[in-house]
Amino acid sequence: FDTSAPETVDPSSVPQPKDDFQEELVIRPLHSGDIYASFQFRTVWETDFMRGNKVSHYRLFPKSLGQVISKFSVRELHISFTQGYWRTMQWGQPFQPSPPGAELWVWFQDSAECKVYAAGCVDGTWKELTNVLSGIFCASLNFIDSTNTVQPSASFKPLGIGNETDHRFLRYATLPREIVCTENLTPWKKLLPCGSKAGLAVLLKSEKLFHSSFHSQAVHIRPVCQDWQCKTTSWELRQTLNVVFDLHNSAQGKREWSLFKMFSRTLTEACPLASSSKIYIDITDNPQGEQFEVSPATPLLSQAVVLGDRRTFSVYDLTQQITFGTVRSLNLLIRWKSSEGDMLRPLLHAERYVAGYGLQTGEIHTLMYNNHPYRSFPVLLLDSVPWYLRLYIHTLTVTSKGKDNKPSYIHYQPSKDRLRPHLLEMLVQLPPNSVTEVTVQFERALLKWTEYTPDPNHGFYVGSSVISSLVPSIVAMDTNSTRERPLFSSFFPCKEESSYFVRVYTEPLLVNLPTPDFSMPYNVICLTCTVVAVGYGSLYNLLTRSFQIEEPSPGLAKRIANIIRKMRGVPPL
Amino acid sequence: MGLLSDPNRRRALISLLTRLNSPICVVCYMAGVAWFMGLAFEPFTLRTYMSENAMGSTMVEERFPAGERALTTGREFSAHKKKAGGMPVDWLVKTMQARGLEVFTQRFSRKLPFPDENKERYMVKGTNVYGILRAPRAPRTEALVLSAPCTPGDSNNQAVGLLLGLAQYFRNQIYWAKDIIFLVNEHDLIGMQACITFSPDSCRGGSIQAALSLELSSDVITSMDLVLEGLNGQLPNLDLANLFYAFCQKIGVLCTIQGKLQRNDWDSVSGYSHSVQTMMLMVMKQASGRPWGDHGLFLRYHIEAASIKGINSFRQYKTDVTTIGRLLEGMYRKLNNLLERLHQSYFFYLMPSLSHFVSIGYYMPAFGLLAVILLLRALDLWVQLATPPPRTEDGITDKEQVSSPGVLSVLTPLVISHLTGVALYTLPIQFQEMAVEQFPVSETEAVVLTAIGVYTAGLALPHNTHRLLSGEGTEQGWRVLKLVAVLYLAVLLGCTALINFSLGFILALTLVPVAAFVTPHVPKVLSAFILVILSPACTLLFSVFFFQELQELPVSFQEGWLLYLSVISQGILDHFLYGSLVYPLIALLVYPCWLLFWNILFWK
Repeated sequence: FDTSAPETVDPSSVPQPKDDFQEELVIRPLHSGDIYASFQFRTVWETDFMRGNKVSHYRLFPKSLGQVISKFSVRELHISFTQGYWRTMQWGQPFQPSPPGAELWVWFQDSAECKVYAAGCVDGTWKELTNVLSGIFCASLNFIDSTNTVQPSASFKPLGIGNETDHRFLRYATLPREIVCTENLTPWKKLLPCGSKAGLAVLLKSEKLFHSSFHSQAVHIRPVCQDWQCKTTSWELRQTLNVVFDLHNSAQGKREWSLFKMFSRTLTEACPLASSSKIYIDITDNPQGEQFEVSPATPLLSQAVVLGDRRTFSVYDLTQQITFGTVRSLNLLIRWKSSEGDMLRPLLHAERYVAGYGLQTGEIHTLMYNNHPYRSFPVLLLDSVPWYLRLYIHTLTVTSKGKDNKPSYIHYQPSKDRLRPHLLEMLVQLPPNSVTEVTVQFERALLKWTEYTPDPNHGFYVGSSVISSLVPSIVAMDTNSTRERPLFSSFFPCKEESSYFVRVYTEPLLVNLPTPDFSMPYNVICLTCTVVAVGYGSLYNLLTRSFQIEEPSPGLAKRIANIIRKMRGVPPL
Repeated sequence: MGLLSDPNRRRALISLLTRLNSPICVVCYMAGVAWFMGLAFEPFTLRTYMSENAMGSTMVEERFPAGERALTTGREFSAHKKKAGGMPVDWLVKTMQARGLEVFTQRFSRKLPFPDENKERYMVKGTNVYGILRAPRAPRTEALVLSAPCTPGDSNNQAVGLLLGLAQYFRNQIYWAKDIIFLVNEHDLIGMQACITFSPDSCRGGSIQAALSLELSSDVITSMDLVLEGLNGQLPNLDLANLFYAFCQKIGVLCTIQGKLQRNDWDSVSGYSHSVQTMMLMVMKQASGRPWGDHGLFLRYHIEAASIKGINSFRQYKTDVTTIGRLLEGMYRKLNNLLERLHQSYFFYLMPSLSHFVSIGYYMPAFGLLAVILLLRALDLWVQLATPPPRTEDGITDKEQVSSPGVLSVLTPLVISHLTGVALYTLPIQFQEMAVEQFPVSETEAVVLTAIGVYTAGLALPHNTHRLLSGEGTEQGWRVLKLVAVLYLAVLLGCTALINFSLGFILALTLVPVAAFVTPHVPKVLSAFILVILSPACTLLFSVFFFQELQELPVSFQEGWLLYLSVISQGILDHFLYGSLVYPLIALLVYPCWLLFWNILFWK
């Protein structure tokens, strides 16, 4: 125990850890008849992991993550695991967007060890961190290395407090191939103060969560202000889990949802450690109850501005006994009355595909739709492409409405074979009611034969493009952040009144590379042996043999005559 | 090993090859043809087997129940089609949406280079409707396609009905790992091309792993026919055919290829001729380079695809739509299980029946035996040109001593015949308008007749060539020209056979004898007649009759001639619409090469 350290104080004088836990569930019936459930668990702890402060007493905050923060000088950590693709056209915007597979981005502290600019130092820490997280979340994050890590210059700004925006301290990586399943859910649930024993977390049963159209779980750690004046900071841990249940698969086409049907559980209590435990049901599209009917009814209503839209929610407070009624169990039921399944027109959405045929070249097309009728807005496009697709950056074109659209900012970092990926960031202005197309050609590299995956004919993944934007809002944003707000509406900090922050991920790409026939070594050995034996052999023969004009061999009679002459001692003929 | 370094033995070998050149060539030709015919003999071929592990061991159950409902949907579709006078876009969109698909429409328009008289179209405008079944928890990276064409008239309604029925059934299943695109395409291949060629609103669902096109025009069928031949003679991976065959066997549906059932009496003459017929049909179709079904354009994108046609003939044993639905369900479930693209099995094969195949290793020798004739002739000519070989110490003949017949005498015919080829390639399309104004013909006729005209005009070439040539052609001159032409033909046919074996083989069958025997000293009239008979255009004419014969639909000469004209126009259209390579190959390379031999015959 290092008593000489000035930071060390007498344990008796340490105040009780000021920590707080909130949980909430938002249920939003979607246009398509599907249902979206979004869980958020937030732990806020007024403590300081930094500056060599050894924190050893944990209450609500998970110790495993706390140790990670202090050991690796992490300032902000965002990690998400997603199975499936969020269908913006059918479901609208999610509360927390995430790309298919695993995504990890971390802002590191400008700490004592890495005081001077030393990229190697941050890189080393990043490598260790991904391996540790890989163990904590039981995922293949250890596959994150320099070939899929980038340092975006503009797309990923810190979401917590702090004015350090030097992107040398930022690392971003995705693993589009990562498959998310129960082995990732269990460690995620263990981070919760109540585990999956009480509160909303009892609903998180894997057999139902993975019987859905979309599943995404995430952990976000960031420093936040404790109060309005921001005198003290505290650490915030948000664990989010988003899931969309499919009308056709899980409800057998019946337009009726209940907690039991979705999660095969009902709620009986809040987490005893939670200061707030609420369920919100989005009833904005249903003011008079003509679309669907919610039972049991609740008198509590709440309004919140989320994603540029003022929404109305029915609120069920689980800390109130009355919520559970006489049966001491809450089984919310949503019954649809009318059916409609029209496509939405979200203000911003994007898609991406590979065009062309053959295994030599190709073209990546990214389409960004601005569906706002009269406002244009800028978007930041981030593309991280593995090195084995060699981008021809001179073929980069950005067109909107058939005209060239010159990006106002381009940050391009070319790839290095087997070392780092391409990084392309652009600030593009999207004209109103338009499609902007970004195309860039690439050449497919021929890998070394040990570099192929075990299933090379499946193809190689290229992670999602990230499109970050401030989208013009329909309603004026409420900036009074001291007001009590639901958690789902307060994730992205937003300063501007008339716009809101949206991040859209495109689908990942699956690209086929030229793949050798792996039984080829055998053929090559056979062929080589034949070529060496026949070709080289005869050539070698020709080169080394000395040619002489052969004396025509004498006839038999002459030979006999010569023998006789030899015996006689006279010279031969 | 000492064979090449020993001048005596080398000389002996060469003299053997030159002395016995003609008999060896004849034997090679016979052996090549015999080898090829032997390919259809069942004991010489391999049984098909599933190579792909992901599709082999996994059992799937087929439970599709709703055949009757699919037929009702098909009738509804038919009614709406009649009412809309074409593709009932709105109805399709609504129906697909009701089945829980993400629905998109794609408008396309295309102007053909000249009117297509077979299908009566010139300015094509249409709409594709496709619904995407999004696989739960899949990141949109992989997709399968099931398509049914919306054709004018009363055909294919059942296919669309079954497609919608399957869409509804598939939507309620949880096991999908790949998106499934249900496509109803208008204007067959033109619509299909609009759908596959990537543009902002084309059919997209990640990388497409496999595609099936369904054609079904009756409520019950007797058999299912599998069509494999795609653009430029490309074939899907053999595992796709195996998959179809395996499920037909499992479910008990009669299945055919080239419309031919397979027979068990391979040892009888009729059984053998049956499999020869089946294989020859495949060879003819592949050689044509046309897409023989709506799947044909997928193959270019490395998407394994096939067309499945329901056939209703007069057999007793009928299969209902529910069973076909189960067949497709089984196939899609297995394709859904694929971890990698279909790549384990063969891409180059011929099928004498659905259960047997001939792989590239077995059929290539047939072509090789024909191609070796060209090399032997070339060797012969080379030796002739080099005689008398001045014997030097190390046995190397000195080429400088042979009087070279001048570059011009070789280059001029080469250039002129290729210019004729370029004319054959460009003029028909260029001059159609002028021809229509001048002569009482339609555009299509103008194109075809111009092509034939240019082709025939090329026959006057030797006279024009000689006018350009300075001086008389020498004996050495034609030998050098023939050497060049023979080697040119060998390379040309070799490359063609690698890309499209059938085309290469058929061309070799006719052009190799020409190349082998033609000299200026053979009887002119008879040889000219044989040369014309064996020219590419006549080969095509005979192929048309032969193909009709194989299909057991013999035609009179008059009908055959009309068919021939339409085949030419289709070939040109296929090139300009889909990028088929047969027309440019014939016009720009094969025909000029043949002209060189024509030139040699009339060498003065």
